[in-house]
Amino acid sequence: MSVDKATVKRIAKLARIRIDEDRLDPMAGELNNILDWVEQLSAVDTDGVKPMTSVVDHCLHWRADEVTDGNKRDDVLSNAPDAEFGFFAVPKVIE
Amino acid sequence: MSKEAKNYIVHGATGDWEIVVGLEVHAQVTSQAKLFSGASTQFGSEPNSNVSLVDAAFPGMLPVINGECVRQAVRTGLALDAQINKFSRFDRKNYFYADLPQGYQISQFAHPIVGEGEMLVELEDGATKSIGIERLHLEQDAGKSIHDQHPRYTLVDLNRSGVALMEIVSKPDMRSPEEAGAYVRKLRTMLRYIGSCDGNMEQGSMRADVNVSVRRPGEPFGTRCEIKNVNSVRFVMQAIEYEARRQVDILEAGGSIDQETRLFDPNKGETRSMRSKEEAHDYRYFPDPDLLPLEFDDAYIEEARASLPELPDAKKARFVKDWGLPDYNAATLVGEKESADWFETLLDALRKGVDSPVEKLAPKASNWMLSDLYGQLNKAGKSLSDCPITPTQGAELLKLVFDGTISGSASKEVLEEMLQSGRNPADIVEEKGLKQVSDTGALEAMVDKILAANPAQVEQFKAGKTKVVGFFVGQVMKESRGQANPAVVNEILMRKLAE
Amino acid sequence: MSDLNELSIAEARDRLAARDLSARELVQASIAAMEAAKPLNIFVTETPERALEMADAADARLKAGDAKPMTGIPVAVKDLFCTKDVCTTAGSHMLESFTPPYESTVTANLWDNGAVMLGKVNMDEFAMGSSNETSAYGPVKNPWRLGETDTVPGGSSGGSVAAVAGRIAPCATGSDTGGSIRQPAAFTGTVGLKPTYGRCSRYGMVAFASSLDQAGPITRSVRDAAIMLGAMAGHDVKDSTCVDVPVPDYEAALTGDIRGLKIGIPKEYHSADMPREIEDMWQQGMAWLRDAGAQIVDISLPHTKYALPTYYIVAPAEASSNLARYDGVRYGHRAQLKSGDGLTEMYEETRAEGFGEEVKRRILIGTYVLSAGYYDAYYLKAQKIRTLIADDFRRAYKKVDAILTPTAPSAAFGFGAKQDPLAMYMNDVFTVPASLAGLPGISIPAALSAEGLPLGLQILGRAFDEETVLKVAGVMEDAAAFTAKPKTWWS
Repeated sequence: MSVDKATVKRIAKLARIRIDEDRLDPMAGELNNILDWVEQLSAVDTDGVKPMTSVVDHCLHWRADEVTDGNKRDDVLSNAPDAEFGFFAVPKVIE
Repeated sequence: MSKEAKNYIVHGATGDWEIVVGLEVHAQVTSQAKLFSGASTQFGSEPNSNVSLVDAAFPGMLPVINGECVRQAVRTGLALDAQINKFSRFDRKNYFYADLPQGYQISQFAHPIVGEGEMLVELEDGATKSIGIERLHLEQDAGKSIHDQHPRYTLVDLNRSGVALMEIVSKPDMRSPEEAGAYVRKLRTMLRYIGSCDGNMEQGSMRADVNVSVRRPGEPFGTRCEIKNVNSVRFVMQAIEYEARRQVDILEAGGSIDQETRLFDPNKGETRSMRSKEEAHDYRYFPDPDLLPLEFDDAYIEEARASLPELPDAKKARFVKDWGLPDYNAATLVGEKESADWFETLLDALRKGVDSPVEKLAPKASNWMLSDLYGQLNKAGKSLSDCPITPTQGAELLKLVFDGTISGSASKEVLEEMLQSGRNPADIVEEKGLKQVSDTGALEAMVDKILAANPAQVEQFKAGKTKVVGFFVGQVMKESRGQANPAVVNEILMRKLAE
Repeated sequence: MSDLNELSIAEARDRLAARDLSARELVQASIAAMEAAKPLNIFVTETPERALEMADAADARLKAGDAKPMTGIPVAVKDLFCTKDVCTTAGSHMLESFTPPYESTVTANLWDNGAVMLGKVNMDEFAMGSSNETSAYGPVKNPWRLGETDTVPGGSSGGSVAAVAGRIAPCATGSDTGGSIRQPAAFTGTVGLKPTYGRCSRYGMVAFASSLDQAGPITRSVRDAAIMLGAMAGHDVKDSTCVDVPVPDYEAALTGDIRGLKIGIPKEYHSADMPREIEDMWQQGMAWLRDAGAQIVDISLPHTKYALPTYYIVAPAEASSNLARYDGVRYGHRAQLKSGDGLTEMYEETRAEGFGEEVKRRILIGTYVLSAGYYDAYYLKAQKIRTLIADDFRRAYKKVDAILTPTAPSAAFGFGAKQDPLAMYMNDVFTVPASLAGLPGISIPAALSAEGLPLGLQILGRAFDEETVLKVAGVMEDAAAFTAKPKTWWS
């Protein structure tokens, strides 16, 4: 499985990171180095092995249905790059 | 199943087409706090006020599950006769959008909390159909983007961000707009019965993604389009009708259907492609490492089961079987838990006051409730929830009808007064002098007077025109100013005329 | 530099309790050392005023006889822990101006236990790195030098270990995802403990890879690590993966008695290219333990060689999702937009500008291994191998009580020495397996390299058995009698 320029472009789009055109090829190379190296995992027989889904053997703690948070709009907006009338503001989306 | 559902066919220029519909209903779980944070779920609050730093996805904030949302999902699964999964898991669905603060939605993809089930829906013509449930899973709602309030910005409110939703996915079992409408209505009834969702479609507590495709009868499924976020039963039906016709037109013109996401425009009654969502999605689901698997035991499920009220299907069957209610009346009454409860209280009170078999009382009481009471409430622009009288007061009124104290028509007048003043029926009857005259002596005198005044009609009767009895009854009623008991009058008349 | 800067937590605690020293004096000494150490580029944000306030509060408490285990002890806080009203950058340009309106549980626990915040220390960007060279605020310099040549402090907790090794603070918080506490501890002659996953709350700690991240103490002695872990750890209902088990008295576990304990030596950790001095140190470590009455047992952890590639699938995958929240909408950097730019451009520019190269590389790898068609081959496969790695340890711990390995494959290296990302990743070869299995591990300084740089030995233990890990480490520490310290060349 080898990553080409088009794949880097697609992945970068999914990850919402702009990558300059002239960085696409070098990035493909860097990613391929890493992917070629992890390729060795295909040698491991994992038939019938369960994937790890929780590191600790422990039960999920359930909260009671109580309002214990919220009502902190100033905190919520305190770091906003742009806010208007109590809302976060982002460039206009045309739907 | 009494009747088979009728086939719904789209007639095209080249022949008949069948519609295939599947629904994904998003129902907001009734809870005080959000699925993974302690912020309130209150509707209509100031923007960004019901938001915790978890909902706004600040660095290092972590989800902690609200147990009540789990319980409501399990109860809903049980109500849908579905498989409850004692092991389920939360996955992240990764995508970017301004109102999705984490950059992913926590949902259940690979292991939902509820698996396959089914639900019976009733159609207009009395037919019933079983619709398969594919799964039910818990997930977070997103925030809200407002595009039209500012010239340059889209404004983002995160009050809904993180509110618990149940996504209830049907199998592609529906074949007409009507079936889809009936499914959504029934699902709403069920959720409201068990209290896991308030079913308020205007406030967005319930909304549907509608998957529509068309095919020639008997052929494999066609390519489907998904119509997003439809928020009323009527729109669901309209959207399907429009979308099916659109697809048929394309196919008949030799075109093909693009699998895409569409939007229903209620003003124009049409669906259109959502260009902004057309970008190829790759959600990169994987188990959320911030959460452990969701596990519970059989005892937990049984506890949830024990908390379920009688469900609409069972209630309807009981109303019909035990009390002899007409099918239609039973179906209408159980449509809302509130009306079924009102009726049961009414009947209970009535049975205490009237010594008559329930099969006689119940159908009449249901007729009264559905036509007299609902009719008058309707006229006043009210619903049962703001009905000024109690079921017990209703029973008192009906008791007066059953024991012959007042006539059926007088009861309507009494009801009107009760709804206005909230007063007791007996007082109103007394005050207005609406009591029926059942005293035989007084009525016999009246009958004698009428017969004497109308010899021509008496002759007609004797000549075999028995229909004139109606005329005499009318005259006696008039004479009594409506207070004569018609049954007693009839009996006296027949006896006297036969003399 | 005053003698006060040499005090361990335990020594300072005793002198503070005896009222032989005030918290203010102790903290002032740290502030002075912090000022003097600017050339090391350790602190991203210094908080001397707050430190003095907290010191005065500590003195009041001490006077009232109400001291907690860390009352008056200055702490350098890795800039990954959110601190209320104090800028928290995670070493990234993305969070350059981010001021959290909340406190992480780990730091809140430390303050509750009387500790004093000195400032926020530098780190690899979002904890992704093993040399501190990925920080947006420039690399930290290791107090230890190769002659006149600077070396890296290791990473990602590079600022933390440098603060402790440079005698600026007796202790620092660190976080370890694949070795980010233990490897830099080894590079700087400090003690670094990564607790069991779930021992310390992750609430308020900027996430890198959620199933691996774990906070831990960096100190100059095993006893101090025990004291500090006790002050950091504990159940937290705000972190679903934080385990509700009591926090033992870790200091009490330091009995010095390891007679009869079985210590495993995993044969897979030996390799032909292991430097002689590392191998020798390891053998020496075995000898010390044997002399103390422990039994050395050969064990096998067969999937060891797959741990690193497994880690480099799992960690980037989680990171790609964890870092999606840095989108310029609610906090952090937002790119200047050109007219006509929409939401997508805002995301793409913001993230292109806000993230450094290594972070971007890992986000892209993570996005790729989770994407449609590759999930099974990469992510799912890696999680299965992770199960096998955890099983290896489970089997081993039926035979032994702890495991001894070197911490890192080399001593600290020079800046720019590892240009190839893969060469950099190899730094974590000995630390990553336990991370994948969620197990506790400690690195203690054991020897100096031929060039005079510190080398570390690692002791791994069973889940939630930090006590055994600390006990064994304490015995090794005594045996190693590591007293070397860096020259104070920066002031």
